[in-house]
Amino acid sequence: MSLHQKSVAELSAGLAAGEFSSRELTQYFLDRIGTHDGALNSFVTLTAEQALAQADVADTTRKAGDAGPLTGIPVAQKDIFCTQGVRTTCGSRMLENFIAPYTATVVRNMEQAGCVMLGKTNMDEFAMGSSNETSYYGAVKNPWGVEQNLVPGGSSGGSAAAVAGGLAPAATGTDTGGSIRQPAAISNLTGLKPTYGRCSRYGMIAFASSLDQAGPLAKSAEDCALMLGAMAGFDTADSTSVDAPVPDYTATLSEPMKGRKLGLPKEFLSDAVDPETREATDNALATYRNMGAEIVEISLPNMHLSVPTYYVVAPAEASSNLARYDGVRYGHRAEGVENLEDLYKRSRGEGFGAEVQRRIMVGTYVLSAGYYDAYYLKAQQVRRLISDDFVKAFEQVDAIIGPTTTGPAFAIGELVDDPVQMYLNDIFTIAANLAGLPALSMPAGFSGGKPVGVQLIGKVFDEAGILNAAHQFQQVTDFHRAMPEGFK
Amino acid sequence: MEFTTEQLRSVAQLARLELSESDVELYSRNLTDIMGMVEQLSAADTEGVTPMAHPLDMTQRLRPDAVTESNQRETFQALAPDTEDGHYGVPRVIE
Amino acid sequence: MSAPDLNGWEVVIGLEVHVQLQTVSKIFSGASTAYGADPNTQACAIDLGMPGVLPVLNADAVRMAIKLGLAIDAEIAPRCVFARKHYFYPDLPKGYQISQYELPIVGLGKLDIDLDNGETKTIGITRAHLEEDAGKSVHEGFAGSGIDLNRAGTPLIEIVSEPDIGSAAEAVAYLKKLHSLVRYLEICDGNLQEGSFRCDANVSIRRPGDGFGTRTETKNLNSFRFVEKAINQEIERQIDVLESGGTITQETRLYNGATGVARAMRGKEEANDYRYFPDPDLLPVMTTESDIAAVRSTMPELPDAKRARFVSEFGLSDYDAGVLTSSRELADYYEAVLAAGAEPKMAANWVAGSLAAALNAEGVDIAESKVSPGQLAGLIARIDDNTISGKIAKDVFEAMWAEEGDADAIIDAKGLKQITDPDALGKIIDEVIANNPGQLAQYRGGKDKLFGFFVGQAMKATQGKANPAEVNKLLKEKLAE
Repeated sequence: MSLHQKSVAELSAGLAAGEFSSRELTQYFLDRIGTHDGALNSFVTLTAEQALAQADVADTTRKAGDAGPLTGIPVAQKDIFCTQGVRTTCGSRMLENFIAPYTATVVRNMEQAGCVMLGKTNMDEFAMGSSNETSYYGAVKNPWGVEQNLVPGGSSGGSAAAVAGGLAPAATGTDTGGSIRQPAAISNLTGLKPTYGRCSRYGMIAFASSLDQAGPLAKSAEDCALMLGAMAGFDTADSTSVDAPVPDYTATLSEPMKGRKLGLPKEFLSDAVDPETREATDNALATYRNMGAEIVEISLPNMHLSVPTYYVVAPAEASSNLARYDGVRYGHRAEGVENLEDLYKRSRGEGFGAEVQRRIMVGTYVLSAGYYDAYYLKAQQVRRLISDDFVKAFEQVDAIIGPTTTGPAFAIGELVDDPVQMYLNDIFTIAANLAGLPALSMPAGFSGGKPVGVQLIGKVFDEAGILNAAHQFQQVTDFHRAMPEGFK
Repeated sequence: MEFTTEQLRSVAQLARLELSESDVELYSRNLTDIMGMVEQLSAADTEGVTPMAHPLDMTQRLRPDAVTESNQRETFQALAPDTEDGHYGVPRVIE
Repeated sequence: MSAPDLNGWEVVIGLEVHVQLQTVSKIFSGASTAYGADPNTQACAIDLGMPGVLPVLNADAVRMAIKLGLAIDAEIAPRCVFARKHYFYPDLPKGYQISQYELPIVGLGKLDIDLDNGETKTIGITRAHLEEDAGKSVHEGFAGSGIDLNRAGTPLIEIVSEPDIGSAAEAVAYLKKLHSLVRYLEICDGNLQEGSFRCDANVSIRRPGDGFGTRTETKNLNSFRFVEKAINQEIERQIDVLESGGTITQETRLYNGATGVARAMRGKEEANDYRYFPDPDLLPVMTTESDIAAVRSTMPELPDAKRARFVSEFGLSDYDAGVLTSSRELADYYEAVLAAGAEPKMAANWVAGSLAAALNAEGVDIAESKVSPGQLAGLIARIDDNTISGKIAKDVFEAMWAEEGDADAIIDAKGLKQITDPDALGKIIDEVIANNPGQLAQYRGGKDKLFGFFVGQAMKATQGKANPAEVNKLLKEKLAE
């Protein structure tokens, strides 16, 4: 098995056994990136030199006997995380030359765990998108369909493509409405959005503050467990970070599924789901039944309101979070401005792409005088209804299961002119963000030869529970082991 | 609901976005669609429902009053498009 | 400028006071709040609104807000929420100010003020909320403008009064009272020049019985004098406009202290649509009864209570007690003089009289007084024990102010000790009588008024050192002989 086919857990074992050094491993992935990223465009910035230096430190740490499970493991960081001294673009022209003056807590935590950063991955601009097409740095291609121009999903599209193509063993993503799970699903990866508050948001460039959460994209649930263990943790710099110990997520992966209750919301099986994705979901349910789990039909009656709710809450927060980009202290500044007004309008007009501008305007509108109650307040109330639906459901079941998306990857350009259709990509993923719940997507089969995923939503802070369920699934299936042609 | 070009222009002004005429046309159509989709919310019965601003029911943590930051002006101003004499430079501010 | 001729108009004033809280670090970051640093050297990543940064609330800012709330008899909100107020301005790094909107930390309260006619008026306080200060724009010496963000993120509490204030003089009385209060509470240094205590005035006029008139907001009032001038000017302007058939435009006006002129601001003419919404980076602040009790236990004696105590405990007049408690430092000084043994009424006269005059003349705070409470008590003791007269004491005080030493040393060095010895004084009086035979004859002839002449001569002969009571007594005896 080549190194790029191995999981993080396997690479960790290889490092521990002295089969290769972190430097060799890092160089291997840098070479993979050199060979394959031309076709994918998954990285915005490579940090080869720094990566090798970190690898050397990791090798020294290992020699000293101080290695942890992630010491020396190369990873890719979504370009939404501030990395001191390294360009941090957030997929935007606005931050084309922004060298972050500090490091995000999640990245810092991973550094402390010994991870090696290969580079910064491409993403939808300011994490707004479901296809990675809104990036100023060009669209990213899904390794599962380079010829067909398939999107890798978004907004963590670069991270997904890099891991799916074997250019990085694992990567970080962020998920505001599905930005980890949707790309994971259509790129054949396991991706986890933790409970809101589990990972610090400090240094993670804000899109929608009450929804944003960092998490891993990797080849398996076990890898996600390892990654989350390093990423998560209380941070005094983030008021919304939760002061609770981080469990060893790998410790409970082997718990049996027997007697576990999985809820299948009937709302997840709408006609919108394509037949093969539906079939993959049914197969997954059968697999869990075979393992002794009970599948219970449940209802999330306000589920259908999650997309409209999200498209009020997220743009509202985004319009506010993006007000700081004014061309004064950092970021793009228009040339030859005549006055202050001109400075703002032209810098922001030039610095932000179309999707970001659209959302800023939606957000500005729903917060503006006379509309606040009808839209923003109303959406916050519906958000409560959606959240309460989950509370009720979790009285009956241990986790919720369903398809991650309605179908597999689409082609670049297919939905770009129809924002509302694009938004419906996240129809199954958004509710977990609104309620703040942990949720993951795992590979569950193929539709027309393209990967599709199944989603597991857990109770608050029960990342361990859904990682365990996903791991058990991956013990008896091998969808997650499949790699795309040309990248095997 | 129709999101008029006039409404679009006033929102763009509030958000300080310079838009071309073709942008205004396109975005008005987009916002008509988006707000049309959002319109579904009005059907929801939210009588007496407490708005949910945060996913977690937590309270604000307080930081002890202590100076923990030191001067990093040079680092920060290296990122700035225009600085003068330690200040950030902008076109004349008229109050 | 004196109060305008109202011509039957009624004035309605509401004040918004921004009080900088004297925390050492900012409200949402660990950057220093010290005044006067080089531009942008105290603006950290959070203050600059760098991408990805997040605010964490300063515990002392919350405690100080609660302290103020308790001092104005206000309800402290068990749950308060921070909201974002949006507008684009270069001194506002994030494009929004973190403030409080629907749920402020301090609710309805009140403040009693003393009017010139001796009456007390209660001014309602609508609310007080925590927020962050903005930076500063500077224009001189720049091609455009320069932005200094050192002040950005300094904690403020904005205190909003009810429209209960009826004149510029009342406005000043309210502000002085509030200014004294925040300094008593040690939540603000009260430095007006440095902008620690700033005021915006909402002014409107109406005919008695009518509803509220259209109001204007005048900003940038950073001295009590400016407040009075600007408000009176605005009242006159509104009267002129209305009486000449015009209408008042709701607008923000900027007062220029240097020129004494206010004008409508240009930058903010766009309809204010601040798009407030709860800040998702901050969670609701919960204040429990025990939190409030903890703050209450740190409350100092407040000015009104102290004033009442000065009257009852030291027998001072209400007026003197009011003067002495107008600032905590002055009251503390006064009590220190008493602690050093001085008689309360005499001490009150000296502190409110000569000392206050000397401080005023030099324009310094009581903290910089050149005469310590102990020294002043020493001087008062020498008056009390007849070592010197009240008149000589004034000279001694001047010498003390000139830092020539303690009262005793000065009295000794200058030989100012009062002459009380009847024998010594008797000799001097004998000489005075002997040297003025004509006046003596007239006096004895019934011209009683000349008694004063002999007192004056005796005092002159002793360079004012003679004990006046003793001189009177001896003169009476000797002139009657």
